[in-house]
Amino acid sequence: MTDLAYIELALTAARPQALGALLRYFRDLDMAEEAFQEACLRAIRTWPDKGPPRDPAAWLIFVGRNSGVDQIRKRAKNEPLPEEAAFSDLSDAEENIADRLDNAHYRDDILRLMFICCHPDLPNTQQIALALRIVSGLTVPQIARAFLVSESAMEQRITRAKGRVAKAGVAFETPDVHERAERLKTVTSMIYLVFNEGYSAGITNPESAAFCDEAIRLVRLLLRIFPAEPEVMGLTALMLLQHSRAGARFDDEGQIVLLEDQDRSRWDRQLITEALAMLDKAIRHRKPGPYQVQAAISALHARASHPEETDWGEITLLYELLEKLAPSPVITLNRAVALSKLKGPDAALDLIEPLAEKLDGYFYFHGVRGALLMQTGKSGEARIAFDRAITLANSPAECAHIRQQLDKLNTPMTQTV
Amino acid sequence: MLYAILCYAHEETVFAWSKEEEASVMERLHAVQEPLAKAGKLGPVGRLMPTTAATTVRKGKDEPLVLDGPFAETKEVLLGFYTAEFDSLDEAVAFSKELSAVNPGSSSYEIRPFYVFHPNEIKTAEGGSS
Repeated sequence: MTDLAYIELALTAARPQALGALLRYFRDLDMAEEAFQEACLRAIRTWPDKGPPRDPAAWLIFVGRNSGVDQIRKRAKNEPLPEEAAFSDLSDAEENIADRLDNAHYRDDILRLMFICCHPDLPNTQQIALALRIVSGLTVPQIARAFLVSESAMEQRITRAKGRVAKAGVAFETPDVHERAERLKTVTSMIYLVFNEGYSAGITNPESAAFCDEAIRLVRLLLRIFPAEPEVMGLTALMLLQHSRAGARFDDEGQIVLLEDQDRSRWDRQLITEALAMLDKAIRHRKPGPYQVQAAISALHARASHPEETDWGEITLLYELLEKLAPSPVITLNRAVALSKLKGPDAALDLIEPLAEKLDGYFYFHGVRGALLMQTGKSGEARIAFDRAITLANSPAECAHIRQQLDKLNTPMTQTV
Repeated sequence: MLYAILCYAHEETVFAWSKEEEASVMERLHAVQEPLAKAGKLGPVGRLMPTTAATTVRKGKDEPLVLDGPFAETKEVLLGFYTAEFDSLDEAVAFSKELSAVNPGSSSYEIRPFYVFHPNEIKTAEGGSS
């Protein structure tokens, strides 16, 4: 790895902490980003000769803060002095950096930086784009390519989102325990949104598939600053498990391969062992939550080296628990799939019939229903369900998968397993 | 003399490596180790999971405390280590609590799962009485 590549990784790694601290000092996102950018440029100029500092984040905060203050002074020559409140604790700029490395502060800095991307007025896609730009430091062209929109459209979208965040005002005071827990919850689900954006793209769009790695990096960061949160551990385990199947989820033509048909030797064992270790840690807290339960379900699949060894009884029980923790028709639908493995398609069809109205616009509902009807030999009804699913498919891969199912219906000699 | 060589690095950077970067670093490290391994002088080599997977058992007032995360104190230093196989984290914690109970010092035990473990046997062991 070249020096510059290493420096770039170090800068990306330090970004959330450094930018979060600069945001706290300057209380203005644009100013903080500018100061961070300046510090990065100086790092690229000086680190190759002098070697990277032992604590890159502290270095970037120190240099970024000084350059930000310089900027303010330069502007002040032409403009009236900014109010003191515009930037905070500048008086102690010369204090020993080491003394300022206060973990509690940094924890709230990073959390705040992530939290401002989750403004409730912003639709999910904008939250994701904003987080990737601000927290992860991806470039606008990178994000634009992932979302398959033009650079100027993405630039506009991000500017508008930032404007909304600025208008809403950012809470800079140190959050209390309750507020911190709320922020943590919001940020955790934002990270899962980033992951899902990448997960659903699969191999069809490598740019957005990289979001999975990015989400895992973010959740590890969150876990380092909140080491004792079982739900953060649960989400880490869940994403690692889902990501472990990346190499097996699509065939060479880019078609979806169902879990039970995947080549399990292509699952990433390293990610699986880490996930199991995380889940083990989470369970010790005896505070089950939706992410932990979903991870536990995913882990049961990961532990089965053949689909026949899957513990469907345990999975059904975990889905029941999940329904209690976070009731949703989608979870009931998933439980029905598990139940069909345990007790056959009829029991599963009984369970999902009441969901028909709520999930009528949901691709996966009609796909599952079609597959269950096909298993009971009701080809006509199955075809209707699959036709409906096709109209609701979210990606070409989903569409192609249903077409395959329809092909099976047309060749009745093939027994589906 | 038997030596332990411990590897320290910035984990944010290391765990941000792409698969290709990771593979190339591992290949280079492996090339350095190989002559030693061939000479029968290389002992166990392991790669640990990130510190997010760590649990620490620390001396408490009555009972040892179990804390999530790595050992973070700066006054104590690394004085020894164990490698062992357990069925669950609970078992590893229980073992560490037993160690803590009989160790009169202010000892802490950081439990870190391995990603990779090569047991390599040393054939010419001298020194480091067992």
